[in-house]
Amino acid sequence: MAALWFWIVAAMVATYVVLDGFDLGAGAIYLFAAKTNDERRQVLRAIGPVWDGNEVWLLAAGGTLYFAFPQLYASSFSGFYLPLMMVLWLLMLRAIGIEFRAHVETHLWQSFFDVIFSVSSILLAVFFGAALGNVVRGVPLDATGYFFEPLWTNFKLNSQVGILDWYTVLIGVLALVTLTAHGSYYVALKTGADLGRRAQGFALLCWPLQFFLTFTALVATYFIRPDIMANYARHRIGVAVPIVVVASLAVMLWANPKGKEKLAFVASSLYIAFMLVGAAFALYPIVLPARDHVYDLTIYNTAAGSHGLSVGLVWWTFGAVLAIAYFVFVYRMFRGKVQAGEGHY
Amino acid sequence: MESALFIHRLHFAFTATFHYLFPQLTMGLALLIAVLKTIALRSRDPVYDEAARFWARIFGITFVMGVVTGIPMEFQFGTNWAPFSRFAGGVIGQTLAMEGMFAFFLESAFLGLFLYGEKRLSRQAHWLSAVAVFVGSWLSGYFIIATDAFMQHPVGYSTAADGSLQLASFWDFVLNPWAGWQYAHNMSGAAITGAFVMTSVGALYLLSDKWNAHARVFVKAGVITGCLFSILQIFPTGDQQGKMVTELQPPTLAAMEGLFHGQTSAPLLILGQPNEEQGRIDNPLQVPGMLSMLTYQRWSAHVRGLDSFPKENWPDNVPLLYYSYHIMVGLGTFFVAIMAISLFLLWRGKLFNTRWMLWILMLAAPFPFIANTAGWMTAELGRQPWLVYGLMRTEKGFSTVVSAGNSLFTLLGFMGMYTVLGILFLFLIWREIEHGPTSVADLASNLPTAGGDSKAR
Repeated sequence: MAALWFWIVAAMVATYVVLDGFDLGAGAIYLFAAKTNDERRQVLRAIGPVWDGNEVWLLAAGGTLYFAFPQLYASSFSGFYLPLMMVLWLLMLRAIGIEFRAHVETHLWQSFFDVIFSVSSILLAVFFGAALGNVVRGVPLDATGYFFEPLWTNFKLNSQVGILDWYTVLIGVLALVTLTAHGSYYVALKTGADLGRRAQGFALLCWPLQFFLTFTALVATYFIRPDIMANYARHRIGVAVPIVVVASLAVMLWANPKGKEKLAFVASSLYIAFMLVGAAFALYPIVLPARDHVYDLTIYNTAAGSHGLSVGLVWWTFGAVLAIAYFVFVYRMFRGKVQAGEGHY
Repeated sequence: MESALFIHRLHFAFTATFHYLFPQLTMGLALLIAVLKTIALRSRDPVYDEAARFWARIFGITFVMGVVTGIPMEFQFGTNWAPFSRFAGGVIGQTLAMEGMFAFFLESAFLGLFLYGEKRLSRQAHWLSAVAVFVGSWLSGYFIIATDAFMQHPVGYSTAADGSLQLASFWDFVLNPWAGWQYAHNMSGAAITGAFVMTSVGALYLLSDKWNAHARVFVKAGVITGCLFSILQIFPTGDQQGKMVTELQPPTLAAMEGLFHGQTSAPLLILGQPNEEQGRIDNPLQVPGMLSMLTYQRWSAHVRGLDSFPKENWPDNVPLLYYSYHIMVGLGTFFVAIMAISLFLLWRGKLFNTRWMLWILMLAAPFPFIANTAGWMTAELGRQPWLVYGLMRTEKGFSTVVSAGNSLFTLLGFMGMYTVLGILFLFLIWREIEHGPTSVADLASNLPTAGGDSKAR
């Protein structure tokens, strides 16, 4: 039962990153790709009706993690205290950047919120990547089941690790590049003309970086945690992960210059989902590795009682079906390219 | 350690208090907007459509504030209260996760449609999206209340081998008897906030002789709703809530009422300052026997005072609890009075011309926010010294790995951030009020968050 919840949480996190990833990425290119006020409003209109719903996947994944693995929730959230609080502040700034910009029609007001929105989007992408890097690298858990990480120590992977070291920064940059490309495909898909072409250009620029960083990150991960390959060696099905990742990179490279934005966006979504699922597959059944492996948190020592998990499955399934239905409905309502001059944002 | 506990408590208290200023307004307005949309759908009177659109704009801004200040709440259970999460997460995680799955998804999906989709949707579908937003926000309220109810009166759990709590009965937990009355009381409080704010804006317009047709709708809807819920707030919801506290948290009742010594024919204190050092109330103004009557329906009944309980089980801040409770009750009584007078004037057809009453209604808007805050402070200070009543003491629940200094750093960060957010909020709301519910031929330009879009306008 705990294993099933492991994959449910992993799937929810992947869904969150794929969905909120495109509006974070749109924020990352926002200042540079959208030059005029009209273009900026087009970007905001493309993400406006959906970004809040996308972000709910983060809250829902957090809530699900809380009830299914309370021990993990307690250890990781208190241990990652400072970066998590900063993520919260960035999420707040980003939300008001999107929502409050349109309320006052003056250049100064809007320029201010443009910068707030874009900078917080960029930083969030880096933070999320660094968070994933921390989980893969392992944290200084001890016998109490808790840890506390400073933001940085000396950027090396020694006994006193910080949130930021060379490895987690590398994953952070990979995340930024990946989400920038992802957001660029989305903006290209939802808009057209100069803005769409510039977004396409950003995606072209990102591709070699993304390709290079993907392989650097994989090599680095193997270098710092050789045991990461154990599950792949044990279960043949794991080979699907590198195949999909490489194939989706190839599809992005091919589809983007041809103007097939939709295909490129789907490929980018698959790339993100499989990179995350691949990381989860490598870690399983560990949910938060310790620097010293005796203190690893696993699905076995962090899961809630079995009755709670079984009951949860009933309402979770029901809730997930409803959530997917809403999403299909909302995305259909707002399908197609955004129109210039529609009244909102 | 003492100071770390204090800062972690202040951290949660500050962020929760600031956060709840916004959901109480959105939940109240969601109900009122659904009512306005229903009337608009049936009567096809454009004033009701414009009124709904105006309040949807206010709702949109407030909702954003509620979302951004709400995200930290769920996270803080893990960051600042990790041992508590480890202890109780297997139970209360259920309702917190359900809030995400059932309420937030529903609300966020239909809010987008409600705020941006009026042009794309039929009248019925747009009405339905308003109702869905209302249902989502009120559902959200229930999950949070059920979570709090478990902390006030834990039911439906069992204790695992490692000492943590786990779910034993889903329905006992979700249908906690404490949650039912607390939910009714809390949602009625939110409806009062929405009603007072709507009435206040209407009174402001009437007094300035602007948008009179819309203003009459605001005042009428606000006064009828406000009067109904002000009464429900006291009876039966507040009364029943008090009975539960009497039965299940007796030291809390004694502290709320400022009853240091148990007595028969206990008086009801109206005013006075608790003097904990001397164990008495200074400058008391009281109704003899009334507390006995209200709690046990007998004038001569004996009510237990704080002296009946060991001091370590007293709520740890008796004066603040006493004041919170008295502010809540005092304001609640005042709400009934002004809404009853207003409703009478409305019925006689005089309210729109009674300027002194309109002045009172206009100035009354901040008080429901104070009353709701005081109510939550009563509930949560009253729960002390327990984090989960009778099972885990508050001093055992905070994250010891997060030092007082780190917690203070983020508390100051939140204080700075919320100051800026608060100023922005007031500024934007004031602009909307000043701009008013103008009717414009182009529907699209009148949609919320179109805000200051001069081109479309």
